[in-house]
Amino acid sequence: MNKIFFILLFFSLGISASPEEDLDVFRDHFKSRFPNTGFSDYKNGVYSVDPSSREQWESIEEFPPYEINIEQGEELFNAPFKNGNKYASCFENKGIGIRQNYPYFDEDTNQVMTLELAINKCRKKNGEKPLSYYKGGPMADISAYMAYTSRGNIINIEIPDNEKAFEAYEDGKKLYFSKKGQLNFSCADCHIWQSGTKLRADITSPGIGHSTHFPVYRSGIGRLVTLHERFAGCLNRIRAKPYKAQKDEYRNLEYFITYMSNGLEINGPGYRK
Amino acid sequence: MVAEANRENIMSTIKIKAKERKGSVTVRALVTHPMETGQRINKKTGEKIPAHFVQEVTCKANGEEVINVYWGPAVSKNPYLTFVYEGSKGDTIELSWLDNQGNRDSNKATVK
Amino acid sequence: MNRRKFIKKSLMTVAALGTFSALLIKPKRVYAAWPKASFAITDLSKSINSVYGHNDLSETTKVKLKAPDIAESGASVPINVKTSLKNVESIMLFVENNPQPLSSGFMLSAKAKPIIGTRIKMGQTSKVIAAVKSNGKVYSASKEVKVTIGGCGG
Repeated sequence: MNKIFFILLFFSLGISASPEEDLDVFRDHFKSRFPNTGFSDYKNGVYSVDPSSREQWESIEEFPPYEINIEQGEELFNAPFKNGNKYASCFENKGIGIRQNYPYFDEDTNQVMTLELAINKCRKKNGEKPLSYYKGGPMADISAYMAYTSRGNIINIEIPDNEKAFEAYEDGKKLYFSKKGQLNFSCADCHIWQSGTKLRADITSPGIGHSTHFPVYRSGIGRLVTLHERFAGCLNRIRAKPYKAQKDEYRNLEYFITYMSNGLEINGPGYRK
Repeated sequence: MVAEANRENIMSTIKIKAKERKGSVTVRALVTHPMETGQRINKKTGEKIPAHFVQEVTCKANGEEVINVYWGPAVSKNPYLTFVYEGSKGDTIELSWLDNQGNRDSNKATVK
Repeated sequence: MNRRKFIKKSLMTVAALGTFSALLIKPKRVYAAWPKASFAITDLSKSINSVYGHNDLSETTKVKLKAPDIAESGASVPINVKTSLKNVESIMLFVENNPQPLSSGFMLSAKAKPIIGTRIKMGQTSKVIAAVKSNGKVYSASKEVKVTIGGCGG
């Protein structure tokens, strides 16, 4: 019954629910699916719904490997560009404690601005080459440091009263619910309908809280992974062709899923299997 | 990668946290190291990535050796170590490691 | 020194260099170099033998081995060992089904308490054994840790 209501709401003919209504439906769904999980705990992803892996994660969190990345990120963040400027000059509050404000809809350029894109934009502005969004490295380290300084801050994405902004949100939402790849899965399949169930050896995390803890240190590969690299990873796994990091599709998707994480606090960088 | 102990501008590969409580000091250390087993294959070249892992970790408290640890390649990447010894706040902990390729590093911390 | 004594002494030194058994003859605080031979052994009982010179491990509830029932990630399994036994000289961790069962060894000084922890790689479901040497005797505790592979985790 709940599923039918959900589907109707998201694909209703001509009647578009507002983002606020979408958010209510999302939250209600997870409240009834995971009655034992407190709202604020969703920032911990799969660990908010699986006690066994949570215990191991808590053990790792006593001294998580991403602490190395935070330190490296801090050094990189504070190192001046060749022209003498620093990253701090590109961000409000000198770039400290601001991650919860991303992504936002930039009304000047009419597109979604993510933190990682802003980091590279800052570099370009200061005559530096862009950093790769893949395979960890300095981009992930800087992103980790900026997430770390923002820990505890609550996500409160506001979609401006702007048709283009709403379109970006809807675009992200559509991608989230569209079936893709040879396995014909949508994000919603694993993270809404079947969230908290086994997908071979994995337990799928709930769809609210994804944005709070990136970038993530993946123990299997022993390094940080940015959100867009993770999107690509998911698409690869369902045998779909991934989109490119920081292009429209993933930025809009990030916009949608971060809005769905409104009310949760930033707790990145995170650690996962 | 050969790291010298505590050279300026070079971040140590060893992070140490040491806390005293009721006469026991709990030391937690995280080492930045690939811990390559020597069995993984480089997908581009088809060759095995050479073994590169920390073999020994030694910890001293106020100059006296407290524990000596032997690690094999089956210890996780960016390896972690925790142990407890009888000590006091203000103790100087010195942790050093040596890997199979002859690299070493060391770092100090004060017990809180 | 006559030739026979010299050869005997050299052979003893050679034998002593590769294995942990050498540690049994030496005073507690003098640690031998990294025991290459022990870390290379692929069979569990031979591995234990190379460390202690025997396979007599007494299972006891006095050794507490903390390991997950199902490892979330075989790349990093948190393991903790503590014991109420006294005069513990060493704590060794063996993973039965790993290519080389000996994963790590913790040689304790008199000041060290018998409480250790680390994170290990496990290739497949396996018994994990914590061996504690106390007052010359070797005690142990073991636990089967399941390792699953495959999924969407990326």
